[in-house]
Amino acid sequence: MKHLLLILLLLPLSVFAEDEVYSLLIKEHRFQPAEITIPAGKKVKLLVENQDATPEEFESHSLNREKIIAGKSKVTIYIGPLSPGRYPFEGEFNAKTAQGVIIAQ
Amino acid sequence: MLGTFIIIFREVLEAALIIGIFAAATRTISGSRRWLAAGVLVGLIGSALVAASTDAIGSLADGIGQELFNAIVLGIAVVMLAWHNIWMSSHGAALAASASSMGKEIREGRSECSALFLIVGLAVLREGSESVLFLYGIAASDEGGQSAMLFGGLIGVLAGSVVGYGIYAGLLRLPVRWFFTATGVLVLLLAASMASQAAHFLIQADLLPSLAAPLWDSSALLSEQSVAGKLLHTLIGYESHPAGMQLVFYVAALISIGLGMRLAGSQQRLARYAKPAS
Repeated sequence: MKHLLLILLLLPLSVFAEDEVYSLLIKEHRFQPAEITIPAGKKVKLLVENQDATPEEFESHSLNREKIIAGKSKVTIYIGPLSPGRYPFEGEFNAKTAQGVIIAQ
Repeated sequence: MLGTFIIIFREVLEAALIIGIFAAATRTISGSRRWLAAGVLVGLIGSALVAASTDAIGSLADGIGQELFNAIVLGIAVVMLAWHNIWMSSHGAALAASASSMGKEIREGRSECSALFLIVGLAVLREGSESVLFLYGIAASDEGGQSAMLFGGLIGVLAGSVVGYGIYAGLLRLPVRWFFTATGVLVLLLAASMASQAAHFLIQADLLPSLAAPLWDSSALLSEQSVAGKLLHTLIGYESHPAGMQLVFYVAALISIGLGMRLAGSQQRLARYAKPAS
């Protein structure tokens, strides 16, 4: 399994493309900004930083993404390429307040 | 409280369905109950460890450690489910019918028990670690109402387990002939669905192209957040916005495991026909 992991670790180098980077903050169980506009038809890199002490799960069925972000930590989520439209996402652990949307245009 | 219930129920449901189906599929193997219990226990301990090291796992491999971890766990589960089904195709008839070769079957059943242990353990590990993190978040927050929310979580665990037990008990009620076909098909679909989920994580980590994202959008027809959607997601791998690559993985798993089962089954029939001649 260690070898498999090592091989998998090398894979990202082979697809070393310049992806546009967008930052997203989680603070007091809310996304900042709650609305992100990205170009349609392009893959982008979302850097998500959770400033809360508690973990959060970034989840979006329309984006087909789910990822846990531990308290006080940062993760990377790749998104797209998307066709133009609105793609809502939420923080599943605090869905009442943690709501956001990605707009591809 | 309702929100907590729903989140925990959804997590537990997925693991409970996998355990229910696999527990039924391996019920004829001696000692399988103990291995199942061990799998749940080790899975629970593992999920606490994984939850505690979420940050460490997540920051591995340039921030895609979590996806790699999930894909590897799912990949192991797919291999184990495939191996189980192929093994059953070559031994199932003997297991069901003959008592004469029981000694042999029990011995061979040992590797089957490790498959059971791994599949149950990994299912609990994956779903359990998310539940642990979520409940930790509630317990650590200072918004009040924690005990009601934790109670909701507890009911969620119970409700999920009841559904898992339901599918187990239901399968056991089937006549023997249908039982092996039914569990075989269910395990095959579970494996294909996990292969598709593994592809999902590799796409998310940008290690695989999505091919088409989404391939279709059936969220208006059946939302994945609904109980029916979640059930179908676990059982047959339903997704409202799948990527093309996920379908490729799904079909590839179906075909390769199906072929393996067919091959093992026909070899067994050949062996049986060959025996009386000697």
